[in-house]
Amino acid sequence: MAVASASDPSPMQVLADFGKSKSLRTLLRVLILCFIAGAAVSSRLFSVIRFESIIHEFDPWFNFRATKYLIANGFYDFWDWFDDRTWHPLGRVTGGTLYPGLMVTSGAIYHALRALTIPVDIRNICVLLAPAFSGLTAFAAYLLTNEMTTNTSAGLLAAAFMGITPGYISRSVAGSYDNEAIAIFLLVFTFYLWIKALKLGSVLWGALCALFYGYMVASWGGYAFITCLVPLHSFVLICMGRYSTRLYVSYTTWYALGTLASMQIPFVGFLPVRTSEHMPALGIFGFLQLVAFIYYIRSALSGAQFKAFLFVGLGAVFGLALLALVAMTSAGYIAPWSGRFYSLWDTGYAKIHIPIIASVSEHQPTAWPAFFFDLNMLIWLFPAGVYLCFQDLKDEHVFVVVYALFGSYFAGVMVRLMLTLTPIVCVAAAMASSQLLSTFLSVKSPKVKDPAQEDVTDSLSKKTKQNAGGSLRSANSPYVGVYSFLSKGLVSGIMTIYLLLFVLHCTWVTSNAYSSPSVVLASRMPDGSQHIIDDYREAYQWLRQNTKEDAKIMSWWDYGYQIGGMADRPTLVDNNTWNNTHIATVGKAMSSSEEVSYPIMRQHEVDYVLVVFGGLLGYSGDDINKFLWMVRIAEGIWPDEVSERKFFTPRGEYRVDGEATETMKNSLMYKMSYYNYHTLFPPGQAQDRVRGVRLPDTGPVLNTLDEAFTSENWIIRIYKVKDLDNVGRDHAAAASFDRGHKKKKATKKRGPRALRVD
Amino acid sequence: MAPKKAQASSAAAPVVTTGTTTSTAPAVSAPSKKSSSSSSEAWSNVATNILKHYQKTTPQRTKLIDLFMAFLVVVGGLQFVYCVVAGNYPFNAFLSGFSATVGQFVLTASLRIQTTEANKADFPSVSPERAFADYVFGSLILHFFCVNFIN
Repeated sequence: MAVASASDPSPMQVLADFGKSKSLRTLLRVLILCFIAGAAVSSRLFSVIRFESIIHEFDPWFNFRATKYLIANGFYDFWDWFDDRTWHPLGRVTGGTLYPGLMVTSGAIYHALRALTIPVDIRNICVLLAPAFSGLTAFAAYLLTNEMTTNTSAGLLAAAFMGITPGYISRSVAGSYDNEAIAIFLLVFTFYLWIKALKLGSVLWGALCALFYGYMVASWGGYAFITCLVPLHSFVLICMGRYSTRLYVSYTTWYALGTLASMQIPFVGFLPVRTSEHMPALGIFGFLQLVAFIYYIRSALSGAQFKAFLFVGLGAVFGLALLALVAMTSAGYIAPWSGRFYSLWDTGYAKIHIPIIASVSEHQPTAWPAFFFDLNMLIWLFPAGVYLCFQDLKDEHVFVVVYALFGSYFAGVMVRLMLTLTPIVCVAAAMASSQLLSTFLSVKSPKVKDPAQEDVTDSLSKKTKQNAGGSLRSANSPYVGVYSFLSKGLVSGIMTIYLLLFVLHCTWVTSNAYSSPSVVLASRMPDGSQHIIDDYREAYQWLRQNTKEDAKIMSWWDYGYQIGGMADRPTLVDNNTWNNTHIATVGKAMSSSEEVSYPIMRQHEVDYVLVVFGGLLGYSGDDINKFLWMVRIAEGIWPDEVSERKFFTPRGEYRVDGEATETMKNSLMYKMSYYNYHTLFPPGQAQDRVRGVRLPDTGPVLNTLDEAFTSENWIIRIYKVKDLDNVGRDHAAAASFDRGHKKKKATKKRGPRALRVD
Repeated sequence: MAPKKAQASSAAAPVVTTGTTTSTAPAVSAPSKKSSSSSSEAWSNVATNILKHYQKTTPQRTKLIDLFMAFLVVVGGLQFVYCVVAGNYPFNAFLSGFSATVGQFVLTASLRIQTTEANKADFPSVSPERAFADYVFGSLILHFFCVNFIN
């Protein structure tokens, strides 16, 4: 029977043989990779189709503005760019404080397309850069996985996973023109080159790895992940007794060239020799020299002599190096770990010491469901893949294990670092699933299986018994395999269903969670049709058209980049949060009473103040909800002038209705948010739909500001700062005088007037 | 095959981990250091053994490479001493000069490792010619970065 089935090819056998020819396989592989890249790109286009080709969110607006500057003024001007339209009155040395990789990449693409006489708008290049690079990332994942396993289908699976997994899509949809857009590709590709260099021990690959590492440094602050992971991998290898000359060649080449490359970026500059984050790499570099030397000596000496040499020499050098490091750190030559890195070890650190870091939502610790949401089934295939690496533990598998451990830890600490975990999850999961599939999908069954084959035709009940028999038989035969078509079919069928579900999940997540530009909001009308809420652009357009070219806009830092990008007006603070004091100043102006805020605003030449208010629409990301962070950050600098406690009621509640504390009611932010809001409603009906509370009948009174503009859905409110009074009164007096006159003319306009006491 | 490239890198530069770098210096410099540090019988044995082994097993070309490495160590050491004594004012210049020597040192060490007969098994895909081509490529990149960084 066995002979018969072997000589008599089934249709599946024919198909399998057909796929065996080498050239055909290559062709298929290329085709599949192209399709994967196509799928990766197209799944990121939801936002363009749903909305339009628009730059998303906050940071991308700065990158977009910088790219436009680069295109308009050329590379050298961009490099020396001092931007006096942000951080008024300080300005920002933009050229020296950004990662230029992204802008230079899109600038190069722009000029290349122009040279090919394809005139493409720079905005479209920026919008579509992230999807384009995601295709490349899929390819890089394919290469990386191929280094890990001989099974080529694993690479294809990894490419497919990488292409569509939401953990990566979250930062690379069309329009999300951020550093991560190209950085993840560079991350994966640098790791691929590192593995390649390590395997071959070639200076060429090491140098290429260093070049791409340099590109990565130019693109994203996350390069520190590579800077720490590669030395760690080398260190683990040495500790496992796997030092090889290949390791020496590849690591030292990478470090010597890569460090120099990273120092070319002005923003990084001397950091690689000055900060603790970069010290592990340097330490391992020195350590490797030592190890190499010791290995050389070992070949020259007898055992006992070598031992003596080892103890004395190694101990002395290690002690000296450690001493030098401690001494230099305490003497201030090497900066200790920066705050952002401390918050990686102690998740509570930022909350206590650096509120500005803790206030960013993407720096929060990850919630457990987020792992499943972003990675779906990959998250449970991931440990299986790591386990497979242990089975055949070569140098490159050690890399997967180390990366997996560290990536998981960091992803657990900070939401945004999910991004660095995703590649290794894709690689490991692809290894696991391809192992599973190739075990269960092979048409050929082991030779010793004739009874098993017969059994497939028999009833299902008999099958379990047969399985027991099969496994018993396999105990004495050298070949262990899957015998029955049923189990093959069952497992591969289930796996296929999982894969399909994964695709469904990814599509659903991408289209629902990650494709909103957040500059434009979408909502549903009662009849189910889509309604676009475009308040942001409405307000920014108003600013652009109705204010002076150099009118300074004060807003919370979240909106700084958008105001700079869309309204083209100078701002006080923006999302490049380099100056905590300046941000705290804005926070203080927002959280103090008008009498305190007005001098601050005058000093900073503020012309307009912009607040975001979601109360009418139920838009929860508004300034009142972010208000506590402003208070906290201001309190960090002026603890005796701003106190967070005073914004809470005696019972510890954060309220905005009639029960709100006096400090809250008098704060500029509260007044600007709710100014005139009650006039929208019938008396006594004024309601805040975000906080779900009823507001008092009398709204706040503003003396030093004039309402200048309020957008259609009241999301953006802009106030003009009043000039000094003509006859030298303070604003409160002037305003009450004005009101006194108005009162006789138009009594009905407001409810009963609350007399100002102060 | 011996690296005859002129060193354009004798500018200036400090090392953070001088201890380790100098200790990894080529084997030529090691024996003298060791013998001076120890008077005991065992130690001088160690030194002479190393020296003997070195002279016995190293081909002439490799010795040339070692000479170049020793030269790099000396240049790097000088730069570092200068930095410590005279201050590191143009830090860019110091860093790039020093990195040039360190980088060239490790590249040369890699070349030496790759071309040593005993290590053949470790580098199945790297022929001596390939090793030298890689070496030139790595050095070009290194010096490009150094020149760009030196200000």
